[in-house]
Amino acid sequence: MALTPEQIAVKTEELKAFIAEHKDMPGPLMPIMQFAQESFGYLSLENMIIIADSLGIPVTEVYGVATFYAQFSLTPKGDNIISVCQGTACYVKGGAQVLARVEKELGITSNETTEDGKFTIQDTRCLGCCGLAPVMTINEDVYGKLTADMIPAILAKY
Amino acid sequence: MTLEELKRIKAETLPQISMRHTHTVENETVYKHQVLICGGTGCTSSGSNKLIDEFYAQIKAHGIDNEVQIVRTGCFGLCELGPIVIVYPEGVFYAQCSIENVKRIVEEHIIGGNVIDDLVYHEKTTGEVKEKLSDMQFYKKQNRVALRNCGVVDPEKIEDYIAFDGYQALAKVVNEMTPEQVIDVMLDSGLRGRGGAGFPTGLKWKFASGNRGNVKKYVCCNGDEGDPGAFMDRSVLEGDPHSLIEAMAIAGYVIGADQGYVYVRAEYPIAVKRLTIAINEARKMGLLGKNIFGSGFDFDMEIRLGAGAFVCGEETALMTSIEGHRGEPRPRPPFPAVKGVFGKPTVLNNVETYANIPQIILNGAEWFKSIGTEKSKGTKVFALGGKIVNTGLVEVPMGTTVREIIFDIGGGIPNGKKFKAAQTGGPSGGCIPASLLDTPVDYDSLMAIGSMMGSGGLIVMDEDNCMVDIAKFFLEFTVDESCGKCTPCREGTKRMLEILTKITDGKGEDGDIEKLEELANTIKTSSLCGLGQTAPNPVLSTLRYFRDEYEAHVYEKRCPAGCCKNLLQVVIDPDKCKGCSLCSKKCPVGAISGQIKSPFVIDQSKCIKCGVCISSCKFGAIYKK
Amino acid sequence: MENMINLTIDGVAVSVPEGSTVLEAARAAHINIPTLCYLKDVQQIGACRLCLVEIEKQRGLPAACVMPVAEGMVVRTNTPALREQRRVNLELLLASHNRECTSCVRSENCELQALCREYGVKEYPFDGAKKETYVDEVSPCVIRDNSKCINCRRCIAACNDVQQIGAIGVSKRGFKTKIGPIFDFSLAQTPCVNCGQCIVACPVGALRERESIDDVWAAIGNPDKYVVVQPAPAVRASIGEEFGLPMGVAQTGKLAAALRRLGFDKVFDTNFGADLTIMEEGNELIERLTKGGALPMITSCSPGWISYCEKFFPEFIPNLSSCKSPHEMEGAMVKSYFAEKMGIDPKSIVVVSVMPCTAKKYEAARPELSNNGMQDVDYVLTVRELARMIKQAGIDFAKLPDEGFDAMLGESTGAADIFGATGGVMEAALRTVYAKVTGKELDKVEFDVVRGTEGVKEASIDLNGTVVNVAVAHGTANAKKVLEAVKNGEKNYHFIEVMCCPGGCVTGGGQPIVSSKDLQYVDLKKVRAQALYNEDAGKALRKSHENPAIKALYDTYLGEVGGHKAHKLLHTTYSQKDKYYC
Repeated sequence: MALTPEQIAVKTEELKAFIAEHKDMPGPLMPIMQFAQESFGYLSLENMIIIADSLGIPVTEVYGVATFYAQFSLTPKGDNIISVCQGTACYVKGGAQVLARVEKELGITSNETTEDGKFTIQDTRCLGCCGLAPVMTINEDVYGKLTADMIPAILAKY
Repeated sequence: MTLEELKRIKAETLPQISMRHTHTVENETVYKHQVLICGGTGCTSSGSNKLIDEFYAQIKAHGIDNEVQIVRTGCFGLCELGPIVIVYPEGVFYAQCSIENVKRIVEEHIIGGNVIDDLVYHEKTTGEVKEKLSDMQFYKKQNRVALRNCGVVDPEKIEDYIAFDGYQALAKVVNEMTPEQVIDVMLDSGLRGRGGAGFPTGLKWKFASGNRGNVKKYVCCNGDEGDPGAFMDRSVLEGDPHSLIEAMAIAGYVIGADQGYVYVRAEYPIAVKRLTIAINEARKMGLLGKNIFGSGFDFDMEIRLGAGAFVCGEETALMTSIEGHRGEPRPRPPFPAVKGVFGKPTVLNNVETYANIPQIILNGAEWFKSIGTEKSKGTKVFALGGKIVNTGLVEVPMGTTVREIIFDIGGGIPNGKKFKAAQTGGPSGGCIPASLLDTPVDYDSLMAIGSMMGSGGLIVMDEDNCMVDIAKFFLEFTVDESCGKCTPCREGTKRMLEILTKITDGKGEDGDIEKLEELANTIKTSSLCGLGQTAPNPVLSTLRYFRDEYEAHVYEKRCPAGCCKNLLQVVIDPDKCKGCSLCSKKCPVGAISGQIKSPFVIDQSKCIKCGVCISSCKFGAIYKK
Repeated sequence: MENMINLTIDGVAVSVPEGSTVLEAARAAHINIPTLCYLKDVQQIGACRLCLVEIEKQRGLPAACVMPVAEGMVVRTNTPALREQRRVNLELLLASHNRECTSCVRSENCELQALCREYGVKEYPFDGAKKETYVDEVSPCVIRDNSKCINCRRCIAACNDVQQIGAIGVSKRGFKTKIGPIFDFSLAQTPCVNCGQCIVACPVGALRERESIDDVWAAIGNPDKYVVVQPAPAVRASIGEEFGLPMGVAQTGKLAAALRRLGFDKVFDTNFGADLTIMEEGNELIERLTKGGALPMITSCSPGWISYCEKFFPEFIPNLSSCKSPHEMEGAMVKSYFAEKMGIDPKSIVVVSVMPCTAKKYEAARPELSNNGMQDVDYVLTVRELARMIKQAGIDFAKLPDEGFDAMLGESTGAADIFGATGGVMEAALRTVYAKVTGKELDKVEFDVVRGTEGVKEASIDLNGTVVNVAVAHGTANAKKVLEAVKNGEKNYHFIEVMCCPGGCVTGGGQPIVSSKDLQYVDLKKVRAQALYNEDAGKALRKSHENPAIKALYDTYLGEVGGHKAHKLLHTTYSQKDKYYC
């Protein structure tokens, strides 16, 4: 879901307001970046420069943090976010095969977005529902006790 | 808030909810039934929110909404069977409850007074009907201290927590005890950090307690539960957030800190939401903020969200992350007790550790010491997962054997398979083979056999799991999660993974195992932080107990568990093959050929080991070897 | 009196001040512990794990570079287990390192190579993935080759902590950890000011200057070109190091001799340009003080500083002296004054500057620094490049006789020599400004208050009743401090000297690279500066306005100091620049 220029303008103002409100708290960088990530869906160069300049730190530092943590993304994500759990419990029950099938069906690998912008596969370590292993989520929907063969039908729903 | 007010809230709330412990309705003026529905992540994933809506609709429809209270709790533990519903005062346990079942529970059980036999929990191993929680194998051997309120209280209602003695420990500490006395109790109790390394909590507090009142200090909580397959901390945060808040305030009083940070994984939205509500409620009641219990002690706290980096479970990395940097560990000394968050003295404990503390204060060190073993006191929460019947969360006294946990509580291995190994400590830990199943679970015993307590993930593997492959899985994780700062971890784990990949791909050579060992030793001894120092453990421990599996891969190009794809051959047993040709039609790559009515063969150079032929053969003639 | 701590290292008793690290204590005990990520005064992070030591009664193996000493500590630095670990960690670094050592600019001056030799690394036991690499060759000054990067982060510490520029940083994590600008940008697209401090911090060949050696050889070999060379003041202070001569001894005579033997048609001296700069800049200061103009006036000799000001503090652009830097003035004079006097077509003249600096390469290409469509300076060589050329030419530098520079643009005073050290431009300017304002000559020419390596130096100078407040800052972080103090009204200066590199040009980004091991033992800034102060002290003429060749230049060609012709040829302009170009 690409943002329109108007949406970007509004969100940029929101980001600036959030920065103004939080820049004096101890350790403000991550909460501000998390706000920007949540709001825009990714961290653009423009936003990283806004953040760096208002906190008086180099952009390299913001970028270093952005590329360190899995939560941050430098490119817009697809409409549907697929997370196939690769935690230990899911792995011993075949989580890798489930992921492989999702990748095969969509023709992309982990942390990529399909060309039509419909799906992004996200690296996930443990969604915390080990009882349902192997597990996958698409957006808010949870699919548990999966086998690879169930994947095409599930993807078809989106 | 005063102690009297606290007692008044308790007196008002307890009668309403005491049936959850006493199984009797003590006061006819309050609810006759309480329906507790698990709102932990596991059960939420299984649809418990819709269940709650349905319960509300049903009791309303039957006009009994004044008599029945619906409560969304934290995790009950038995995630495998979610969504879970418990009906009090009887305490009847309905597992895998569907929307359709709600109507029956309301009509037959709550109104009709009959327990619904076909819906209650059946012991998976024996098939016995177990109506009540306390009767179940899964709960029998457990001793819930850290999890005492999980699945019992409504985590979004501070009154529930107070009713079960909540915040009394804090009141006692700030009004009746000196910081030194609290430290003495903690030291005496023998409580050790539940995050992995097992450092005595009292000692940690003592180190940070100097120069009290003259310098800014911080109390931090490590809720960055990164072990993939562990969810103990999350369950406490979701099910009993106030115990954490109370304990952190106690720690603040002891070391002289007025500010706390809880570092929680952003991947735990429910936990974050409940903890936020809990902090706000505590503030509103004056249990956080200025002049707590009129003692002059100030303490407040805030949540900082992790952003998806396993290394942030390491204490110095976590603090670096709170400061807003890349979560890279820093060398110690200086230790956090001297120079922690923002360069100030800091105490950092994990969630489960904190959850024990109010109980220790209220019940005394002697009580806590009476649970557990000589050097490991109290209980430990484990997240059971993998090839085990009862997946879920259990809390057992230290010293319980691995066998008891897996077979008595966990119900053993499903599908008649054989137990092969249990893995504790996640990517930092090691495996426990069948021969060591009677090892008592405590810090030192696990360390001695090359594993570790870790934060409490316990993953069970059966005969179909290849131990080389498992070691590779953990190394993949470490390579991904290494912060990249120090040489051995950044470069070495990658080389270990490459060698493991080579071995599981069937390209292992003489000398590879030795190279793995050399690398493992260098990484273990020379890495900067705990992540690197423990990264080789999964390899070292599988080498220790399953070296023959490695050797089979390297020298015989064979995966004994039949797991490593590149080492497998799919073959047709000529004696069983009827020559029907179905398999050759199903084969996606045309690898199977033969004459009708005589045995077919698979061209190994074409076969991609997808297994379609195996499932298509009606005579069971095709198998992997 | 400092509190002393007693400890034993490898059986040697040693006593060091409290707060010292084990590494420093070992140095005091003459025990060498290997390091890669450690760089004195720049970075101490304990990341490379080569300096691990065993300490009795201590769990694990602490890194000596960050481990504080304690009373009674018993340290072992050289056990079989430690040696084994160091070897394996070196092998691991080599495994992902681009090992084209024979053609690497840092061969024989590479810290990784030296350590591998010391620890007997004989084979490469791991042949797996290499790092994701790219070579950034876009910048006019600094080339980054990530295939050789060993992730020690010394360059980042130099750029981010010391200089506070932050053009490069660390990104990603684990094996994919990468050093460089954001989004794999070229340095040319970043806030980089081309100071080259990253190059001199790099232990391997991952950072180097853009070479002009081939161009210069081609010009020398071209019979249609008249090739003129000029070395900066700071070059004489360090060139000897490249040929095994002692540190801290200026090799002015041998430098001139070597340049002549390389085949340059004229061997001039940027020192002349420095004296000329003082004439113009001193005059500009007096004008601004007396007739008005943006104050404080800030020196403009250092192109890294100019870039920094244009990118980070554009509001101070009016404060910059409009004077070109000394070698640009020299170049402008070569192509006008010299060409005219000698009857040479300026278009056939090639001006080569030998500089202690990488930013001078960028400066030479600035369109503002040209006249009649000709750049004032055509090529800039670093000291390291010059040393390579001297070696290529088979010149035995150490055995050369002392020679002088060529006349007309080669004469200089002591005031010019000290341009290469922090505070030097200020001191040289004060010597002349004092005379111009008071009409009297100084009895003692040394201004000790502006000498030394303190980050910011301040003084108030009484010029016959007019008190001039001056400040000297070296390194952009110190410049930032001074500018911010001016900006928020805390300080009221009239004249500020800024040099981009910490220590000034003697420790510029184009200077010979001294290994981190040797830097533990020597204060490079001080030692090289001393070579220049000695040059100054040994000269008969020590004030720029006393330089007879300068007088001749004004008398016969330029006319008035600060006059129309001088302005056209010797002054320049600046403009605000973006930090990031996408």
